[in-house]
Amino acid sequence: MGFRDLIADFKLQWGVHPDGHKSLTSERPIESMPLPERLVLPLAQHIGAPARPVVAPGERVLRGQRLAEPVGMVSSAVHAPTSGRIADIGDYPVPHPSGLAAAALVLLPDGLDEPVAFEPCEDPHSLEADEIARRVAAGGVVGLGGATFPAAVKLGLGKRNPVHTLLLNGGECEPYLSCDDRTMRERPQAVVDGARLMARALGAQAVVIGIERNKPAAIAAVQLAASGHPEVSVRALPVRYPMGSEKQLVAYLTGVEVPAGGLSAEVGVVVHNVGTAAEVSRVLRTGEPLTHRALTVSGAAISRPANLRVAIGTSVADIIAHCGGVRRDVARYVMGGPMMGMLLPGTDVPVVKGSSGVLSLTSEEAGGGSASACIRCARCAGVCPIGLQPFEMAARIRAGRAEAAVDLGLKDCIGCGSCAYTCPAKIPLSHYFSYAKGSLAAAERSRLKNESIKKLTAARSERLAREAREKAEAAARRKAEREAAKRRAAEAAAGEAAEERREVPQVSA
Amino acid sequence: MTTPVHAPHAHDGGSVGRVMRLVMLALLPVTLWGFYLFGWPAIWLWLITVGSAMLFELVCLRVSGRGGPTILRDGSAALAGWLLALTLPPWSPWWIAVIGSFVAICIAKHAYGGLGQNPFNPAMVARVALLISFPLEMTQWVAPAPLFSGTGPDAIEALERLLFSSPIPDALTSATLLGHVKTEASRGVDLLASVPSFGAAAADGIGRHAGSIGETGSWLILAGGLFLISRRVIGWHVPVAVLAGLCVPAMLAHGLDPAHHLSARHHLFAGAAMLGAFFIATDLVTSPATVTGRLLYGLAIGFLSWVIRSFAGFPEGFAFAVLLMNACVPIIDRFTRPRIYGHGATDGRAA
Repeated sequence: MGFRDLIADFKLQWGVHPDGHKSLTSERPIESMPLPERLVLPLAQHIGAPARPVVAPGERVLRGQRLAEPVGMVSSAVHAPTSGRIADIGDYPVPHPSGLAAAALVLLPDGLDEPVAFEPCEDPHSLEADEIARRVAAGGVVGLGGATFPAAVKLGLGKRNPVHTLLLNGGECEPYLSCDDRTMRERPQAVVDGARLMARALGAQAVVIGIERNKPAAIAAVQLAASGHPEVSVRALPVRYPMGSEKQLVAYLTGVEVPAGGLSAEVGVVVHNVGTAAEVSRVLRTGEPLTHRALTVSGAAISRPANLRVAIGTSVADIIAHCGGVRRDVARYVMGGPMMGMLLPGTDVPVVKGSSGVLSLTSEEAGGGSASACIRCARCAGVCPIGLQPFEMAARIRAGRAEAAVDLGLKDCIGCGSCAYTCPAKIPLSHYFSYAKGSLAAAERSRLKNESIKKLTAARSERLAREAREKAEAAARRKAEREAAKRRAAEAAAGEAAEERREVPQVSA
Repeated sequence: MTTPVHAPHAHDGGSVGRVMRLVMLALLPVTLWGFYLFGWPAIWLWLITVGSAMLFELVCLRVSGRGGPTILRDGSAALAGWLLALTLPPWSPWWIAVIGSFVAICIAKHAYGGLGQNPFNPAMVARVALLISFPLEMTQWVAPAPLFSGTGPDAIEALERLLFSSPIPDALTSATLLGHVKTEASRGVDLLASVPSFGAAAADGIGRHAGSIGETGSWLILAGGLFLISRRVIGWHVPVAVLAGLCVPAMLAHGLDPAHHLSARHHLFAGAAMLGAFFIATDLVTSPATVTGRLLYGLAIGFLSWVIRSFAGFPEGFAFAVLLMNACVPIIDRFTRPRIYGHGATDGRAA
């Protein structure tokens, strides 16, 4: 670590240092978990529109076969992790804090693991940029760090903004998780290869791989793998949460901030996760889509902490059983890391593309407890990586003034949870912010809905008025016509009568 | 497992009670030193102040329906009483302590909505209310009469004295340096004469001189303050700014006119500056939330204390300075909000 890094680290004011718990799993190689008896594949495993099923219940499918196709610009396909029969398409429990069910395909493996015919590619580096992005999209690759943004969409960002650098996030700053660490140590070639392919797709000239200093073996492995490629460099990152947040990573590695409400591509940088890079390399070289992922199974309650490569759709219950079950009372099952991960309503939910971890936490690990009054210690403000004042925002949200919290930067909150982690009053600050963002989004939706209703209502009344007017006009016209006809008839009759009258005097005359 | 809990599913283990306990721990050395210096009257006074503060807290919580006795465990009421006790003359009568606790807890804290809602430092509101209402009792200073030295009253005698407010024996009455020089100045005696006549003990930081229970042991206060900074309970910004705001003008003025302006050393050690800088001005609830704000706030408190001590009628001005600046905290906070990531960076460079 050079002098420049020392200075840069000293200047970092934000962030927290949660207990890493990495040693539970960091020395455990990624092992393949056998297929379970049932796979549940949600149609929405990514940010964007849910995929549309292209198979029917009862149909036999092969490994790698596309089961659901992307809908719209931001979406991703779902593929079969093995061969078997589609038992059902319906609503099943998915990883979501509400515990509500969502649309999913149920695949019963037949044990044959019979694949479709894949199209391997000998030299993906000779492919055109668009072709790389197309194949990544066809492979159903999404951001494996947890954000699950469709990877191919991000690769297309180079078209709208000139992108000079691809940053690869090997920070893995969430406690417990070590699957990225293991991937970098076990498949450094794939990481570097995938990074170079993505840089090619983006038109980026440089690749910078940032890895936290607590992973020296990963740094060494990736450095070795990158040694033949001058455009790829490895930078050690300070150990600090949330170093792996996109905004922090961009600011630390490039010295430039992502503009508020904008994309990192606007400053010429795109960030991908190391796991995504390894997967991109595999998808392009073998032609096999994303159907499995590495994840960390950890927490003090699990009998055998491990790093596993599991078929997407495997249930959390199956994973925990594979790891010997739990040996202590579990206070919370969490999917992802403890800082930003999601509380699972139960273990009957499947692992999805974005699941980086399955944690069985005891009550001592999970912390918590009832909230007390804010003492304005401003620790939350001190650790906020964005420079927000969480205690002020929470006070305004509590008072029902979510809009006033927006003035303080609510929309800039990245939801990292550092504030709630460090709050001595145990105020669930992140919860307040998610709630407020959700209610603002709902208000915005209902405003848009109201506006469109208003517009439609106005159009309808205008139409009705127009129709009434037209009707009235038509009626008036018809009446006028009738009257004109009557008048004409009367005139004609009067004329005849006059003739007669004229004739009469003549007669009388 | 049934109620949804939002991330993070981890916590650093801190609590409000822990914050308060650490502050109390940091106060312990100087408090014990004050007990030793000023003997049994100080011990009884401290007990009555802390006890009545907790009692008033309990009553207020009951009346307002904000919670039961368990909330006392957060220690905030005990700490407010503790801080108030440290700022009282050691031989004050019992009702000074009780009225002070009442003002601190019931008026300065709970009338505003309880913990975290009070704009003014409760201990300082109470001290100023007492000083203005009972100027005689609040300026009855005694020379140190250490425990076991035989010079002060024993436990029973001290309790009787406290409860029945007997006058302090003339042999023990004394003055603080700040009070002494103010009185002398009003008689036309300048500092060149009045300071040497007072003796050197007022400026050595050890605290063997008249003063409030907990304000004289400056080195022990400093040690407690450094402990709190090292445990990240308080930041360095407020104490350093307070001391700078006090010492810089003191040094300049003393250099220009030593006959009318006390030296920085006297300003530091003779009054409440150290206790105030590390334990009063740093009160989390009533100080600004931003680094810039804390520096401004501290500088202003130090400077105002110096101005009041030097030019106003009161010999000590720290409590007034703190309250004045407490009133400015909302506006300081408003105008020192940190820049939000990605906003207003004119050249797009990271901070």
